[in-house]
Amino acid sequence: MERSYILEMRHITKEFPGVKALDDVNLKVKEGEIHALCGENGAGKSTLMKVLSGVYPYGSYTGDIIFKGEVCQFKNIKQSEELGIVIIHQELALIPNLSIAENIFLGNELAKNGMINWNETIVKTRELLAQVGLYESPETIVSNLGVGKQQLVEIAKALSKNVKLLILDEPTASLNEDDSENLLNLLLEFKKKGMSAIIISHKLNEISKVADSITILRDGKTIETLDMKKDDVTEDRIIRGMVGRDLTNRYPERHPNIGETIFQVENWNVYHPLQPDRKVIDNVNIHIRRGEIVGIAGLMGAGRTELAMSIFGKTYGKKISGQLYKNGKKIEIHDVNSAMKHGLAYVSEDRKETGLILMDSVKQNISLPNLMKISRRNVIDEKKETNVAEEFRKKLRIKTPSISQKVGNLSGGNQQKVVLSKWIFSEPDILILDEPTRGIDVGAKYEIYTIIDELAREGKGILIISSELPEILGMCDRIYVMSEGRITGELMRSEATQENIMKYMTNTKVRG
Amino acid sequence: MQSTQTNGKSTLLQMFQNNIRQYSMIIALLFIVLLFQILTSGLLLKPLNITNLILQNSYILILAIGMMLVIITGHIDLSVGSVAAFVGALAAIFMVQYNMPTFLAVILCLFIGAFIGAWQGFWIAYVRIPAFIVTLAGMLLFRGLTMIVLEGQSIAPFPEAFQKISSGFLPDFSDGSIHIATILIGIVLSVIYVVMEVRSRAQKKKYQLELENNQIFFTKLVVIVAVINLFSYVLAIYEGIPNILAILAVFVVAYTFVMRKTVAGRHIYAIGGNEKAALLSGVKTKRVTFWVFVNMGVLSAISGLIFAARLNAATPKAGNLFELDAIAACFIGGASAYGGVGTVPGAIIGALVMGVMNNGMSLMGLGVDWQQAIKGLVLLVAVAFDIYNKNKAA
Repeated sequence: MERSYILEMRHITKEFPGVKALDDVNLKVKEGEIHALCGENGAGKSTLMKVLSGVYPYGSYTGDIIFKGEVCQFKNIKQSEELGIVIIHQELALIPNLSIAENIFLGNELAKNGMINWNETIVKTRELLAQVGLYESPETIVSNLGVGKQQLVEIAKALSKNVKLLILDEPTASLNEDDSENLLNLLLEFKKKGMSAIIISHKLNEISKVADSITILRDGKTIETLDMKKDDVTEDRIIRGMVGRDLTNRYPERHPNIGETIFQVENWNVYHPLQPDRKVIDNVNIHIRRGEIVGIAGLMGAGRTELAMSIFGKTYGKKISGQLYKNGKKIEIHDVNSAMKHGLAYVSEDRKETGLILMDSVKQNISLPNLMKISRRNVIDEKKETNVAEEFRKKLRIKTPSISQKVGNLSGGNQQKVVLSKWIFSEPDILILDEPTRGIDVGAKYEIYTIIDELAREGKGILIISSELPEILGMCDRIYVMSEGRITGELMRSEATQENIMKYMTNTKVRG
Repeated sequence: MQSTQTNGKSTLLQMFQNNIRQYSMIIALLFIVLLFQILTSGLLLKPLNITNLILQNSYILILAIGMMLVIITGHIDLSVGSVAAFVGALAAIFMVQYNMPTFLAVILCLFIGAFIGAWQGFWIAYVRIPAFIVTLAGMLLFRGLTMIVLEGQSIAPFPEAFQKISSGFLPDFSDGSIHIATILIGIVLSVIYVVMEVRSRAQKKKYQLELENNQIFFTKLVVIVAVINLFSYVLAIYEGIPNILAILAVFVVAYTFVMRKTVAGRHIYAIGGNEKAALLSGVKTKRVTFWVFVNMGVLSAISGLIFAARLNAATPKAGNLFELDAIAACFIGGASAYGGVGTVPGAIIGALVMGVMNNGMSLMGLGVDWQQAIKGLVLLVAVAFDIYNKNKAA
């Protein structure tokens, strides 16, 4: 006898301006099962969960949500929570300066006439904590707990809302192995008590462990739903479902002319800036040659950006150790300035937050990293500055009414070209590009790729960090794969496939 | 690019709309001047009063310049009034009690100002304590120190040479009733202004940047030249250019230049615009922030000296609420509370708006109570207008 469905999402379509984030997605979750949701970054998993929980209200999408046999039209999160659908986001939503009890009952206070009954709150909190196996005083301040315990507080908070369907978005992304194990066991225990759950995870070994069925999303569409018991589900099978798409000619043809090693990183270790005992980068060794485009693939949280930023003037992390070599000579980099002096450039992953000064003009943004080149005795030569900016505008085909236009008014692709101009102007030998085409349309992507290819041809060493596998495969001569702060694989272009990269990306077993 | 050069009327309107932020405060200033000129039946623009206006507001103007830099980096300085008072008090002790030569005492005071700025800059830039807290502490600390060193009393009088900073006028080469040198300076300045404008226009043309059309350009030149010469004439029929105005002019030109044309200025704007991006672009954000506060310390010291020279006394109450006038001047003059936006001329215009209102309302015999209330409203309206404009643009 088939168990009934607790949740059915039928023909869900959600559009953002210019993008179809979800296209006729179907998801069915059975009563009392753990259902895994898999897909690449950007496949639409989080969007789907936001539709379900009411973050995107009824009316902003099309399709039906049927929960416990009834059609639901959630206008906000509160309404979905009232029915027992609770989502725990990847980024924990606890308020660090409040106690466990205060956090658990935040927005849901046990109060009469506006007066909170603290005694009852504490007693209830103690019960909830016992259910998740967390033995801490309810009055402990949350910031004093480790991430693993904070995750448990989140779950206790969900339980306090009388949860029927628990949604966990990458619950173990920031946890160490023991805490992950603990959490997964807890989920299995809840399942026995009849709770249903949806878990979004990149870690296939975890999915194999806890999930009863799997729905795979790709490019905003449902690909398939697999039953872990009936179908013969292997990790390879899941990976094929996640990446199986055609690669058309979206990349310029490369004729690499690779020279000697220009930059080398040895035994690189970095610790988390706030959690001093958490190793974010674990003994990484990489090298880049002249004229070579090297990729770093990895899932979110694998430590790619952290690696890049810790190299680029120690702008991320604590207790950084390891050696850097340029042209075979050992170099010391203490801050951004010394990194730039040694010919490094880092194009950050978030151009709006850390790449550009949006309120300033195209011209001012381009000249900023190398103002000394266009000034005499600290006075900026505006003629030179204008020439430089005009040159880049033409060369990189930045579409802007003028170089005095505010960068904030340009489109994403053109903003990215400004960031690239800025760093090319700093005359680097090694360029680290972090998600160089994120949020850019296909046409502009091709142009960015062409620029990158030209830079490599000029003999610069290029390191591309990207979450898009096709991009890595399309552009890179050699590929490193990172997982949990370590390099788990190194592949030449000829031997790399989406499948084997994905395997290294989800590889969590090479510990110790 | 040249398409904006259509017929005069629409262009004028267009330019006005595009630059409403830039011009609105000048227009507001002119409006306020006109208003008080009428309300005071012509007293406001009398030569004597104009000279007075400059003297009365000089110390706020100096503070506003430094404060503008601080606000552009995204910080605030509440201590400037107390620092000014403290430095004024030390100047009095050096010159009056220890008979130190004026020149030496002034230099020493400037160094003390720099040191105070460095003290606050250290906590703000390197320890990363919010500027609001550091300078709030500074406000109490230096006010307290002022009272301690003065033992609660005023010290007076200062030597003649020191008083001249605030009460003297530039010398003249004839004894006529009109101050010839002032007229000449006005003419020289007009010529310099016209030459610079024409050159910059030629430059822009060469790079095919947007130009305002000829009609507007020439009207602008004529109006500004007229204003400069009228102003120097008005000063000339009283006693000429006050020393303080010359000092101020040097500061305004120098700081405008630094902020517009130099690497340091660019870095200050970059930090305020996006500190993370600036850091990743190789701007030494901590060092720049530190020096901005050192600069503020020096300017506070200068302001304190000018104020002491004008009063011819150092008093424990000197500089009271200067910080608020300076901050208000910056925001009226177009600075953003989030940093990254603002100009030195903007700060000057803002300070003049405040100054003219103070002066005009005093001439009308309005009480201090009413003056405060009205100034508060003007500040609010000015910033609300600013935000309204920004939202409309976005």
